[in-house]
Amino acid sequence: MQFDLLINAIIAGLMLGAFYAAVTAGISISFGMLDIVNIAHPGFIILGSYIAYIVNAQFGIDPIIVAILALPVFYALGALVYGIYFQSFERRGQDSLRGLAFFFGLLFVTEVGLILAFGVDYRSVGTSYVGGSITLGPMEFPLRMLVPAIVSLAMFAALQLFMSRTFIGRAVMAVSQDPQALELMAVDPTRIKRIAFSLAMATCAMAGAFLIVIQPVLPSSGREYIGRVFAICVLGGLGSLPGTLIAALLIGVIESIATTFYGPSWAPAVSFGLLLLTLAVRPSGLLGR
Amino acid sequence: MRTPLFTLILLAIAAALYLAFRVIGNDYLFFLGYVVLQYVVIATAWNILGGYCGYVNFGSAGFFAIGVYSTIFFYNIGQSPEDVFPEFMLAPMAWIFPLPLPVLIVLGGVFAGLIGLGMGYLTLRLRGVFFAIATLALAVVLETFIVNWSFVGGSRGAYVIPPESVPVFGTFIQYLFVLMLLLAVASLAAARLIERSRLGIGFATIRDDELAAEASGVPTLKLKLIATVLSGALFGMAGAPFPFYIGYVEPNSAFNLSYAVNAIAMPMIGGTTSWIGPMVGALILSTLQQIVTVTISSAVNLLITGLLLIGFVILAPNGLVGLWHHWTARRSNS
Amino acid sequence: MSQIMGQPVTETFDDVAPPLLAIEQLGKRFGGFVALDTVDLSVPAGQRLGLIGPNGSGKSTLVNCISGTLQNETGSVSFGGRRVDGVPAHQRARLGLARSFQLPRPFRSMTVAENIRVPLLYTVGARHGVHLTSSELEDRCLEVLSLVALQDKAKKSPLDLTQVEMRKLELARAMAAEPKLLIADESMAGLSHSEVEDIVALLIRLNQRGITIIMIEHIMRAVMAFSQRLVVLVSGRKIADGAPDDVIKDKDVVGAYLGT
Repeated sequence: MQFDLLINAIIAGLMLGAFYAAVTAGISISFGMLDIVNIAHPGFIILGSYIAYIVNAQFGIDPIIVAILALPVFYALGALVYGIYFQSFERRGQDSLRGLAFFFGLLFVTEVGLILAFGVDYRSVGTSYVGGSITLGPMEFPLRMLVPAIVSLAMFAALQLFMSRTFIGRAVMAVSQDPQALELMAVDPTRIKRIAFSLAMATCAMAGAFLIVIQPVLPSSGREYIGRVFAICVLGGLGSLPGTLIAALLIGVIESIATTFYGPSWAPAVSFGLLLLTLAVRPSGLLGR
Repeated sequence: MRTPLFTLILLAIAAALYLAFRVIGNDYLFFLGYVVLQYVVIATAWNILGGYCGYVNFGSAGFFAIGVYSTIFFYNIGQSPEDVFPEFMLAPMAWIFPLPLPVLIVLGGVFAGLIGLGMGYLTLRLRGVFFAIATLALAVVLETFIVNWSFVGGSRGAYVIPPESVPVFGTFIQYLFVLMLLLAVASLAAARLIERSRLGIGFATIRDDELAAEASGVPTLKLKLIATVLSGALFGMAGAPFPFYIGYVEPNSAFNLSYAVNAIAMPMIGGTTSWIGPMVGALILSTLQQIVTVTISSAVNLLITGLLLIGFVILAPNGLVGLWHHWTARRSNS
Repeated sequence: MSQIMGQPVTETFDDVAPPLLAIEQLGKRFGGFVALDTVDLSVPAGQRLGLIGPNGSGKSTLVNCISGTLQNETGSVSFGGRRVDGVPAHQRARLGLARSFQLPRPFRSMTVAENIRVPLLYTVGARHGVHLTSSELEDRCLEVLSLVALQDKAKKSPLDLTQVEMRKLELARAMAAEPKLLIADESMAGLSHSEVEDIVALLIRLNQRGITIIMIEHIMRAVMAFSQRLVVLVSGRKIADGAPDDVIKDKDVVGAYLGT
C-alpha cells in the first residue's frame, strides 16, 4: 500500500537523518563555529568505521562500544591535525587556498591508506541486533538503523548541553562571533579552537561506528558524505547544532522518500540539489536571520 | 616576450618533441606522453581559477568527465543515428556524423564551460569556500546522472573503437598525442597571456582581496565567471579525447578521484602564481606516477601524490617555482 | 535632536546645485542590530566633510553603504544625481566614488606601483574607454605615488611598507581612480603627530584639486583641522550636522561622547 510505503519511508528517513546529524555534528563545529573547512571529515569517519571493524572482527566487541573507547584517540588526532593546521596556515593567514588543499590531501591520503591496508572490498560488522527489527502496526524499525539513531541523538544532546552549559562550550560559540571578546576574558582562542576541533574529530569515531552498523563500508564511502554533510551544515545555518539536527532529519526524510519512490541511485543527487538551492536562495540557512 | 613569439617557441618545442618520439618510433612513448600532456592541460586549467583567482575547485574530475561523456554521447549518436533522429534527418546527419575528434574536443569544452558558468553563477557570489564545497559535491552528482543515463552506457560503461590508423600520423595514438600536444601548447599560451593581461591583474586582485578589488573598480563576479568558464572548458577539452585513448569508459574511470587530486597537487607542487608552476608540477608528478605505477602499484602512487601535496602546502607554499626563486635569490646575494 | 540640524549654517552649504552625494532615510540592520537608522546626509561638490562618532555608531556601515561594499535595506543613496543603491561597488567606483579602508587592504602579491595600476586599468580605463599604453600607465602610477611621496617605493612589496606608508598607499590607490568623491575611512589611527598632519595636509591638497572628501576619524585634532562641516553619528543616527566649532559644543554631542 502506498500509504504504508510513505510512512515507512518517513520513519526510515528520520532514523537516517538522526545518523546524518551525527555525521554532520563535527562539520557543524569545525566549519560552522571555527571556520575551518575540514573537508577531510568524512575520511576520518570512514577511519572510525574501519577501527570499529578491526576491533569487532578481532574481539567481537560491539562497534558502538569500540567507538566510545576510541574517543580519546580521535580527540588526540584532532589536536594533532589542528596543531599542524594552525602552525602552517591559520597563523600565517594563509588558511583559505592552501588550508583547503591540506584537508583535501588528508582526505585523499586517508582513503588511499585504507585501500592499501584493507583493499577495496566491502567490510561490515557483526552485532546481535543487526538483523533484528521492531514492528509497530504498519511501521517497521530495523534495529541496525534504530540503535545508531538513538545513540546519535544522545550524542547530539550531550554536545548541545556541552556547548550551551559549560564555560568552554560557550567560549567555543563565542570564538566564531568575537575572538577579541575572548581575549578580554583571558581565554586563549587558539586553545579553545583546539579543544573544539578535537571534539569535532572525536565525533568521527561515533559516526564511523554508526555507519558500519547501518551498512557495509568501503574506503571510498566517505565521498558520498561530503556533499551531504555540507548541505546539512549550510542548510542548518552554520554553527547551529539545533539547526543541524533539523536539517539532517529533513534531508534524511527527503532522501528516503526519493529512494523509496525513485530508486536508490538518485539519492546522492538530492542533497547536492538542496545544497545548491540553499546556497543560491538562502545561504544563511533555514534558521538563519 | 610577446605572446605570438612565445607561442611559436612552444610550437617549435612541441614539434621537436613529436619528431623525436617518431624517430624513436615506439608507440608506448606516445601512450605515456599523452597522459603527461593531458595533466599539463588539467593542471593549467585548475590553476586559472585556483592559482590566479584563489578559488579552489575540487570537482576537476567532474569537469573532465563532462568532456569524456560529451564525446561518448556524440560518438553513440554517430554509431546509431537511426535511434536518435527521425527518418528524414538521417541523410543530413550521416553527412555530419561521426564528428571528427577536434570538433568533439571543442564540444567537450563548450559543455564543461557551460556547467562551470551555471555553477559559478549560483555560488560565486558567496564566500570562496562555498564554491569549493559545491564543486566537491558536483562530481558526485554528475556521476549519479551518468550512472543513471543508459544512452552513454550508465554504470556498465561504454566502448569507443578508435580507427586503426590515421592519414599522415600513422597510428591513432600518434594522432591523439599530437592533438593533446597542441591542446597543451594552447593552454600554456592562454595561461601566460592571461597572466600578463588586464584580466590577469584583475584575477590577482580577487585572489589578494576581493573587497579592495571591487572598490578599485574590478567587476569581481564577472571575472570569476570568466575564470570558471575558461577553466571548466579546458578540463572538458582535456577529457574529450579520453574515450578514444582508453577505448572503454565507465563512470569510475571518468570520474576518478585521481584527476581531482592531481589537478590540485600539480599546481600546488609546481607553484600557483605563474603558468610555469602547473606545467613543471604536471611534468614531474605525472612522470613520477607513471614510473611508480609500473614499478610498484597505482595505490602507492596515489598515496605518494597525496603526501607530496600535504608536504608542499605545509613546507613550500609557493611550490617548486618558489623554492627555485628562493634559491637563486640566496645565491645572488652571497 | 540638535537645534543646529536642518539649518544651513553658512551660505556655502546651501543646496543651490544638486548635491554630489544625497543620502535619504538610509537604514541597515545586521540581524536584530540596527546599524543605521534613517540617516539623511547631503554633500555638495567640493566640500570637506568630517564624520565622527563613537565606536559602533555606524560610521563604517555608512561608508560601506555609500561605496557599495554593503547594500542598504531602506532609503536611498544618490551620487551625481543618479540612484546608486543596488549598484555593485565596482560600478560606483567607475562613477567616481572612491574609498580607502580603515585597515589598509593592499593587493599583497603586487608591487606598490601595480597596486596603483589596478584602479587605472579598471576604473579610469573603463570610464573613458581609453587604452593606456604600458609606459603611460607607468607614468600615471608614479604621478599618483608622488602625490603621497611614495614614488621611491614603487617597486617594493606593500608588505615592506611602514604603517604610515601603507595608509598613504591606501589613499593613493583610491586617488588613482580619479574620484569625484573620496571617502577616507580612519586613515590616521595609530600614526604619530607629524604623520597625522602629513595626511591632513594631503587630504586638503586633494580637496583643492576639486575632490569632495568625507573623512571619518577619531583624532579630533585632525578632524578640526580638516573639516568645513562636521557630522556626528551616534547609534546609527545623525545627532548633529553643521560648522565644526558649533557641533563640538552641541550638548547632545558632548553628552554622547561623555556617555550621559
